[in-house]
Amino acid sequence: MQVETADMVKVFSRPQSLTAAKSTYCPGCHHGILTRIIGKTIDELGIAERTVCIAPVGCSVFAYNWYRCDAIQAAHGRASAVATGVKRADPNLIVFAYQGDGDFASIGTAESIHAANRGENITVIFVNNQVYGMTGGEMAPTSLVHQKTTTTPAGRDPAQVGYPIRFSEMIAQLDAPTYITRQALFDTRRILDTEEAIKKAFENQVNEKGYSLVEVLSTCPTNWRMSPIASNKHVADVVTEVFPLGDLVDRR
Amino acid sequence: MPRGTVRIDEERCKGCGLCIAACPQQVLGFSGELNHSGYNVVHMERPSACVGCAFCAMTCPDIAIEVYRQKVPAQS
Ligand SMILES: Cc1ncc(C[n+]2csc(CCOP(=O)(O)OP(=O)(O)O)c2C)c(N)n1
Ligand code: SF4
Ligand code: SF4
Repeated sequence: MQVETADMVKVFSRPQSLTAAKSTYCPGCHHGILTRIIGKTIDELGIAERTVCIAPVGCSVFAYNWYRCDAIQAAHGRASAVATGVKRADPNLIVFAYQGDGDFASIGTAESIHAANRGENITVIFVNNQVYGMTGGEMAPTSLVHQKTTTTPAGRDPAQVGYPIRFSEMIAQLDAPTYITRQALFDTRRILDTEEAIKKAFENQVNEKGYSLVEVLSTCPTNWRMSPIASNKHVADVVTEVFPLGDLVDRR
Repeated sequence: MPRGTVRIDEERCKGCGLCIAACPQQVLGFSGELNHSGYNVVHMERPSACVGCAFCAMTCPDIAIEVYRQKVPAQS
């Protein structure tokens, strides 16, 4: 049943910076919430005409379809390097790299660290869902100890394959980065916190403040083999113990 | 009249249920109706309880929800 809205005001709708395309993400996947938040941020800062999205390889490989702005789809792991090139070629552009944990913190390790170390004036969104989502839920460097994945069916054994890597903490050791934070999306309060952090990370670039990294603890209900609601609870209760939320660097 | 209401784009809804859990007013539930993609879409079960807070829409990964609120009468 529908309630008549003639006398009401619309207070929430799709951000204008997003296309009408339907997302290709699985039900309940946080990639979709992040897409909305980035679209909203681009709207609020009025930068759609000069924004360039650097899409990764991973479930968000189609990110170039979601935003009404220019985009380049980079080779696996190289989004921060491609963002560097675009930004240096035309510093007036607002360039953001959107990268999963397999992309950013595994195959792209070198490019990710050195873009941060050079203090490139770019914005990086790092989506940490502790698996390689797109390819079927293999272990990522961020997978938790004892986490069952398709390549660690008995659980991640640190003696064999190491411990979950806290990549943002590593980058926070560098002198150049301006803003590094870890956020989450498991409830309304964290969604609002993430909105604030992403806006800051884009504003820093607009104000030529340098490198900003927003790590977002995200879910992969499909490969975690959990319902979307159980996945949220898992992030809140378990993942945040290994990856604590909050700002790591703020040198604005 | 309820204080707010939502419009759910049934063809975008993937039936993940995150909005149902996010709603502080227990307004939303599964309709049992399948959309063209085969998802059990969400609808308002208690439309009169909606306050237009938009928690559901903020949580929806598929941006399937629009939120409306009553105009606040001007203070004099
Ligand atoms: C050079 C190269 N190596 C490997 C692959 C296979 N591959 C595609 S996506 C992916 C991992 C993506 O994981 P992540 O970055 O965590 O993103 P998610 O899908 O979880 O969002 C891999 C290894 C590839 N496409 N190209
Ligand atoms: S596989 Fe995982 S990360 Fe990829 S779209 Fe599905 S839920 Fe999201
Ligand atoms: S706007 Fe608020 S009260 Fe209304 S359905 Fe959404 S979450 Fe519930």
